[in-house]
Amino acid sequence: MNPREYDVENVDMSWCPGCGNFQILSTLKEVLSGLGLSPQEVVLISGIGQAAKTPHFMKGHIIQGLHGRALPVATGVKAANPGMTVLAIGGDGDMYGEGGNHLLHAIRRNPDLANLVHNNMVYGLTKGQASPTSPVGMKTPVQVEGVFSEPLNPLALAISQGASFVARTFSAATDLSREIIKAAIIHKGYALVDIFQPCVSFNKVNTYKWFKENTFVLQDGQVDLHDRRKAMELAMTGPPYPLGILYQDRPGRVTFEEQLPAYREKKDPLWKRKPPVGLISAFIEGLR
Amino acid sequence: MGNEFSVVLCGAAGQGVQTVENLLVKALARSGFHVFATKESMSRVRGGSNSTEIRISGRHVEAFVERIDLLVPLNGGLRPNIWKRLSPETIVLGDREELKEEFVGHPCTFLDVPFLEMARQAGGALTANSVAAGVLCALFGVEYPDLDQLLVERFSAKPEILEKNRSSAESGFRQGMDLVEKNRLSLSLPEADPHWRPALVDGHKAVSLGALAGGCNFVTAYPMSPGSGVLAFMSQNAARFGIAVEQVEDEIAAVNMALGAWAAGGRAMATTSGGGFALMEEGISLSAVTETPIVVHVGQRPGPATGMATRTEQADLELALYAGHGEFPRVILSPGNAREAFDLSRLAFDWADRYQVPVFILTDEYLLDSVFEVEGLPVDEGSFSHHFVESGPDYLRYRLAEDGVSPRGIFGNGTGLIRIDSHEHDESGHIEEDFDMRERMQMKRMSKLKLLEEAALPPTVHGNPKDANLVLSWGSTGPVLQEALALLGRTDIALAHFSQVYPLHSSVLDLVAGARKIIVAEGNSTGQFARLIRLSTGRKADHLLLNFRGHQFSVEELASGLERILLGGDAQ
Repeated sequence: MNPREYDVENVDMSWCPGCGNFQILSTLKEVLSGLGLSPQEVVLISGIGQAAKTPHFMKGHIIQGLHGRALPVATGVKAANPGMTVLAIGGDGDMYGEGGNHLLHAIRRNPDLANLVHNNMVYGLTKGQASPTSPVGMKTPVQVEGVFSEPLNPLALAISQGASFVARTFSAATDLSREIIKAAIIHKGYALVDIFQPCVSFNKVNTYKWFKENTFVLQDGQVDLHDRRKAMELAMTGPPYPLGILYQDRPGRVTFEEQLPAYREKKDPLWKRKPPVGLISAFIEGLR
Repeated sequence: MGNEFSVVLCGAAGQGVQTVENLLVKALARSGFHVFATKESMSRVRGGSNSTEIRISGRHVEAFVERIDLLVPLNGGLRPNIWKRLSPETIVLGDREELKEEFVGHPCTFLDVPFLEMARQAGGALTANSVAAGVLCALFGVEYPDLDQLLVERFSAKPEILEKNRSSAESGFRQGMDLVEKNRLSLSLPEADPHWRPALVDGHKAVSLGALAGGCNFVTAYPMSPGSGVLAFMSQNAARFGIAVEQVEDEIAAVNMALGAWAAGGRAMATTSGGGFALMEEGISLSAVTETPIVVHVGQRPGPATGMATRTEQADLELALYAGHGEFPRVILSPGNAREAFDLSRLAFDWADRYQVPVFILTDEYLLDSVFEVEGLPVDEGSFSHHFVESGPDYLRYRLAEDGVSPRGIFGNGTGLIRIDSHEHDESGHIEEDFDMRERMQMKRMSKLKLLEEAALPPTVHGNPKDANLVLSWGSTGPVLQEALALLGRTDIALAHFSQVYPLHSSVLDLVAGARKIIVAEGNSTGQFARLIRLSTGRKADHLLLNFRGHQFSVEELASGLERILLGGDAQ
C-alpha cells in the first residue's frame, strides 16, 4: 500500500516549520501503509497538544478528545471492537503530565494498542512552559528561575510497572522510528514508544544537535529484549540515552480485551450485538 | 394501619442483618404477602448499628414508614434514630444476654428471646441472624420448608455453613411457634394472596437490569458508594450476560473509556456518585461536543465532598443540570421505584444513542438500597434498535442535519472515516475556527433539545390537580409522598411525580398554572427541583418540604408536613 493513501488534501498544518512532528507523521503513514492497513482499519486517538493534532493531518478514524485522556478512550475503543488497529498519540505533557494516572493503569491493563509519545520536553501548544520531562534548570516564561522538579523517566516507569513493550526513538532517526513504530503496532499488548523530538520554537536546550549528541542507537546483541532488569538498567542510562526497543514481553501475554467476559463466547465487536433478552428475563424470573 | 407490619431488624455491620432481610423478604413474598424493605447503614465494615425495615402488607407498599411494630435488635447500642421510632405499641424481640438493661423502663412490650444461646447451641453465635429469621418466619406464618428451601438456595455453595444456619433457623422457627402457641405473641396477619409471586428487585438490580435490557454491554466505574452496587452487580454477572466491565483508575477514566466504547459501537455506562460525577464533568462536555452518546448512573448521597458515604440525599440535581462546561442538551431521569429504575435505565440507552446526548440516571442511596416487589420487568428484543449508520465514502460525522441529529457512523462499520473531535469542528470533524461554522454547529447541537422536549416523559399525576393543592416530587421521594397522600385521604391535594426532571414535559406549564398551592417535597436543603420548576414555568413554589438529614422522608413525616401546610401555617 502507498503511504499517500494516508494523505489528507488541503490540510492546514498548524505545526512550525522544522517541527519534529512532521517526521513522525510521515513515518507513521509509511508504517501503517507498510503493514497493509487501510485508513478504515485504523483508529488514531489523541488528547490535546501539538502532537495530539497528528490524527487531523492524516487519514484514518480519529478521536481527538481531552487533554491527557487518550489512553482510556483508546482502551474503550479497542475493547468495544478488538479488530481495529488502535493508536494513542500525544505529547509529553498530554501523556506524562495530565494523563499520568491513565498511563500507569494502561500499562497494568495491557490493552493491545501502540502509545506514541512525542517527547519534546516542553509545552508547545501553550507556548513554552515546562513539561514533566523538561530538564532541571531549563528556564521558561513560567519556570523563570529554571525547572526545579526532576524530569519524569517514562521508560523506567513503564518497565517498572510491567509494560509489555517499551521503546525509544528520535524523530529525525526515521529508519529507526519506522522499525520501532512498526514493531509497537505489531506487538500484541500495550506498547510505549517515547519519541525524542525537538521543539524548534520553545525548547532551546534540547535541539536537533542536542538529541544527536546525547543519544545512541542500541545494536543487535546489546539488548536482551525479554529481561526486564536489564531493560531497567538501559532505561536509567544517559546521557547519552539509548534508542531502540528496550523491552518486549514474550508472545502469549493476555491483553485487556481478550480477558473480557464479552468475548468469551462471542468474538464479534459489540456493535453487532443485541441485548441477551432471554438471559435477562430468566434472571428476573429467578428473583421471584 | 390495620393488618400491616413494619418490622425493623438492627445489628452491627457483620452480624448478617442483610442476610435476614434477604431471606425474610423472599419468604414472606413467596407466602403471598406484599413486601417492601429499606435499610440504613453506617459507613463502617464492622460494628456500629445498622437497621433494615421490612414492611409486610396485604396491599402494595413501597415507602419508608417511621412506625415500628416489631423490633428485633441483634445487638445493644441502638442509635437514637431507632429509639425515637419506638412507641408503647412496639413489640421488641430481644436477647437480655446481649441487650442487658437497655429496654428496662421503656413502655414497649419486651419479649426475651435468647438468640445468642440458641445460636450457640445450633452451631455458633454468628448464626444469631438465622435464629431471628426463623422466629420471624414462624410469627408470620411462613411454612418451614419454604424457609429451608431459601437457606439451601442461599448457602448451597457452603455445605458446612448451610447446616449451621439451618439448625439455627429451625431452632428459631420452633421458638417462634412456641411464642404463637403459648399466646405470648399473636399477630393479626394481613391476608395472603396465594397467587402473588412478585420478583424482588432492589434499586441496584433495577438500574443494572434495565441497562442490560437497553443493550448496555460495557460498564466502567471507580468504586464509590452508592454507585458501586451497580458496578458489583454488572461485574458479578458479566460472564452471564457476556459484557465488558472494568474498574478503572478514576472517574475520569470511567467516562472517557465509556465514550471510547460508544464511539466504536458499544453501549457503555459509567456508574458513580456525586463526587465521582463531579470528576467526570469534562468528559460529559466531551460527550456533548463530539455528540458521542453516554449514559451515567449517579447514585446520590449527601455532600459536599465526602459527605455521608452510606446515606441518601437528592442534592445533585443542579450538578447534573449544569455538569460540564459549555452549553449543550442533556437528559436527566429520576426513577422513584424499581420499575421506573428499570424502564428508565433501558430508555436511557435508547435516547443516548438516538439523540447522541449524555443521559443521566439520577438515583439515590435510599432507592438503590430498597427492595421493591414488581409483577415483572418487561424485556423484549422488539423494542431494541441501534441508531448508528453504516458509513459511506462521503460520510461526514457532523453533517448539518435539520433536526440536529447527524447520522452517527462507528468505527469498523462502513467505508467512511469517522472523525470525532473535541474542538469545534466542521462537518467532517476537523478543527474549524470559522465563526459561522461555530454558530451553525452550536445551533445544530442545541436543536436536539427540541427533540428531547418532545420526547420527554410526562409526570405521573395522582388525584385531580385542577384547583387543588399540588405536591411535586421527583425521584425516590415520589412513592413516599404518594403513600402520605393516601394516609391523609384528602381530595384537595394532588401529586405530580416526575421520573424525568430534564427536560421537563410540556404539560408542566398547565399543571402548575391550574394549581392552587404548589408544594415541593425533596431531599435537599434548598429546593433544587422547586427552583427548576420556577425556572421552567415562572411559578414559584408556595411551600417546600425539605429533608437533608441523610435519611429518606417517612410517610408520617410527609403526611404531617402537608397537613401543617394546608392548615395555613408554615409558609416558607
